[in-house]
Amino acid sequence: MNLKTPSKLEQVFAAGHIAVTSECGPPRGSDPEAVTKKAEMIKDHVDAINITDNQTAMTRLCSLASCIHIKQMGLEPILQMVTRDRNRIAMQSDLLGAASFDIHNLLCLSGDHQSFGDCAQGQNVHDLDSMQLIQTARQMRDEGKFLGGDDIKRPPRMFVGAAANPFADPYEIRVPRLAKKVAAGAEYIQTQCIFNLEKFEQWMHDVRERGLHEKTCIMAGITPFKSAGMAKFMAKRVPGMDIPDALVKRMSDTPKDKQQAEGIKIAIESIQRLKECQGVKGFHIMAIEWEEKVPEICEAAGMHPRPENAG
Amino acid sequence: MIVADKKPIEEIVEEIKDHERILILGCNECVTVCEAGGKKEVEILASALRMYFLNQGREKNIEELTLERQCDSEYVEEIRGVSDQYDALVSLACGVGVQFTAEHYPGLPIYPGVNTCFLGATEHRGLWTERCQACGQCILARTGGICPVSRCAKRIMNGPCGGSSNGKCEINPDLACAWQLIVDRLDSLGRLEEYETLSPVKDWSADRAGGPRKVEREDVQS
Repeated sequence: MNLKTPSKLEQVFAAGHIAVTSECGPPRGSDPEAVTKKAEMIKDHVDAINITDNQTAMTRLCSLASCIHIKQMGLEPILQMVTRDRNRIAMQSDLLGAASFDIHNLLCLSGDHQSFGDCAQGQNVHDLDSMQLIQTARQMRDEGKFLGGDDIKRPPRMFVGAAANPFADPYEIRVPRLAKKVAAGAEYIQTQCIFNLEKFEQWMHDVRERGLHEKTCIMAGITPFKSAGMAKFMAKRVPGMDIPDALVKRMSDTPKDKQQAEGIKIAIESIQRLKECQGVKGFHIMAIEWEEKVPEICEAAGMHPRPENAG
Repeated sequence: MIVADKKPIEEIVEEIKDHERILILGCNECVTVCEAGGKKEVEILASALRMYFLNQGREKNIEELTLERQCDSEYVEEIRGVSDQYDALVSLACGVGVQFTAEHYPGLPIYPGVNTCFLGATEHRGLWTERCQACGQCILARTGGICPVSRCAKRIMNGPCGGSSNGKCEINPDLACAWQLIVDRLDSLGRLEEYETLSPVKDWSADRAGGPRKVEREDVQS
C-alpha cells in the first residue's frame, strides 16, 4: 500500500474499509477531562476523532492542545483548523507543533463568522482561505517547504482533508467547489450533516460524473436529532442546513419520551442507505454533546468492530 | 467615494464642551455626496450645537465653513487667515481630511464630526454600500468584477463558504453573498468555467498589513 502519511485514517481508506470518524468539542474552560471523557466514550468505535477549533466562534480550549490530550491516550486525532483566527505564520507554526506530537490528520475550514460567537467585536484574519490552507499543508508535507519557500526540517506528515456542504447555495457550483478543494489537495472530505438524502445522492451522482470520488475519500456527515425541537431549530435557524419537512414531522409526531430513540433510528437508517451510495467511503458522526450515542449508532449501522490493523 | 456617517451629537458635545470659539468645517467632496459632512450638514450641526449650549445657558461662538476639499493643502490653507479666531475645530470631512487639516494647524485642537466608514457607492439616496477596501492589489479581473475582499464577510478568495443561503450571507439576511454574485456574473458572462481556477495565496503586503502606504509618481511631480 502506497501511503503518504502515518495517518490511521489514511490506512483505513487505503485498505478499502468504510472509515468512521466522530468529533469532540473542547470545553469553555481548561479541564482536559472534558475532552478525554468524550474521547473515551467513542474511542473503540471510530478510526479518528475530530477536535473542533473554536466552533461557532465561541472561545474554547484550543484544538491543538485537545488533540495532544487524546493523542496521549493513544488515539488518532484530527486537528481542525479554521482560517478565521490565525495568519499564515501562526497556521504553519501550529502545523509544525501538531506534527511534533505526531498528529497526522488535518481538516481545513474557514470557520463560523465571529459575529456568531462570544467575540463579535473581534477581527477576523482570513489571511489564507480554507483552500489555500489545504495547499499550504500539502506543500509543507509534499515539498517540505514553507509558504515562504524555505526548507522545513522534519516536515509535517499530515493527511489533509476539508469539509464540503452539498446543500449550500449556489447549487451549480457545489460540485465545481469540491473539484477545487480536490485540486488544492484535499485527500478526504467530511460533508455537512446530511438529512436530505435525495439531494445528497444527486450531489454524489454529479461528483461521480466528474470522477471526484476516485480522487478524494468522501465521508458522509451524520447528526442524530436529540429532539423534535432540535430538528425544527436546525431546519429554521442553522445556515446551510437542508432538513426535509417530512423528517421534522416524523420527529414531531413521535411522543417526547421516544424522540431520542427516533433520532438515533433516523441516523442509522441514513447510514445504511448511504453505505449503498457509490463513492461514499466513510461516515463522520457529529453527535453534538451526545457522544455517548456514537457507539450505539455505529454498532446498529454495522460499522463495528473497527479494523484493528487496517494495513 | 469615501462614505462617512454622522457622529451622534452627544459625542461631539462631549468633545467640544470646554471650547468657546468653534469652527464647524465641512468638505465639499465625498462627505457631501453621502450627506454626512457637506455644507448642509455643517449648518444643521452648527444650529443644533448652538441650541444645545443655549439651553444649557452657555452661549458659544460656533461658526460654519465648508472647504472644497480637506485633503489638499491648497484648500486647507484657505482658513489660514481665520484659524486663530477659534480655539477648536470640528471637521466633518473623512478621517483623511481631519488629519490633514490638523497637520496644517498644529496649535488648533481638531475633532472628528463623522465616522469614516468605507469606500462605497450610492445605491440610492440614503443607502451607501461598500465596494472596496483598498487592498492595493486589485483582483477584480479574476472575480467577474465583484470584490470578495470587501464584500465577503470572510474575504475568502475561493468562495462561497458553507454559509451562503438563497444568495444571502449567513451573517445578515439583507447582505448579498459576494460569491453568489461572482458566480452569477461569471455565468452571465459565459465564463463560469473560470470559477474552478484556484485563487492563489494573496499578497497582503500592499494592504494595511504592509504598514502605511504611499503612491509616489515621479513623472507627475513638479
